[in-house]
Amino acid sequence: MNLKIALFGIAKEIVGQSVLEVNAPNDQPVQQLLEQLRAQYPALGQLSSLAVAVNNEYATDTQLLHERDEIALIPPVAGG
Amino acid sequence: MITIDLTDQPIDVPAALQLVQADGAGAVNTFIGTVRNKSTGRPVVRLEYEAYDSMALHQLRKVATQAQELWPMLENVVVVHRKGTLQIGDVAVIVAVSTPHRAESFAACQYIIDTLKQVVTIWKKEFYEDGDVWVAAHP
Repeated sequence: MNLKIALFGIAKEIVGQSVLEVNAPNDQPVQQLLEQLRAQYPALGQLSSLAVAVNNEYATDTQLLHERDEIALIPPVAGG
Repeated sequence: MITIDLTDQPIDVPAALQLVQADGAGAVNTFIGTVRNKSTGRPVVRLEYEAYDSMALHQLRKVATQAQELWPMLENVVVVHRKGTLQIGDVAVIVAVSTPHRAESFAACQYIIDTLKQVVTIWKKEFYEDGDVWVAAHP
């Protein structure tokens, strides 16, 4: 399946684009996507934290991803 | 009533205070976050806030709803966060709550701003005279 991942803040700068298209096996868990992205972009692995959001909610490591999901990579937030 | 907003325009503080007012409330508690001219001793010239809008709005509403569950006497909650480029002294965020008595207003207001900082998908970049840094990005 083809996943479109929205990128923000420092993650957008590291990858160099605001949306990343990733080819992944069906029902890929969040943890595997993170491992794949950290391998491809080692600077992502140096961040204080890196979460995945699915449909505007923080996802757990074992949550399965689907092609229609709205997926985003969430580097450390700093609002306020 | 909960009012949430994310805006690239200057935050209208009097409008937020008017929105939070409730006839049943004897207390209005407000936190206003402003842009400071230095960060860990280094002079800051401006800030840029970037947001994942749909998730930030959703998470802000969740935080406000959690506060209402924790303090059922809460009358109104108003949270407005700015995004885009901000100068020193600009208002970055306002959290305002109204409650019948003051103790709960302090607690609820602090809960909302503290939780906002942990979960709401907003990122801050500090600009110095000789560079810039994404706040909290690295350990």
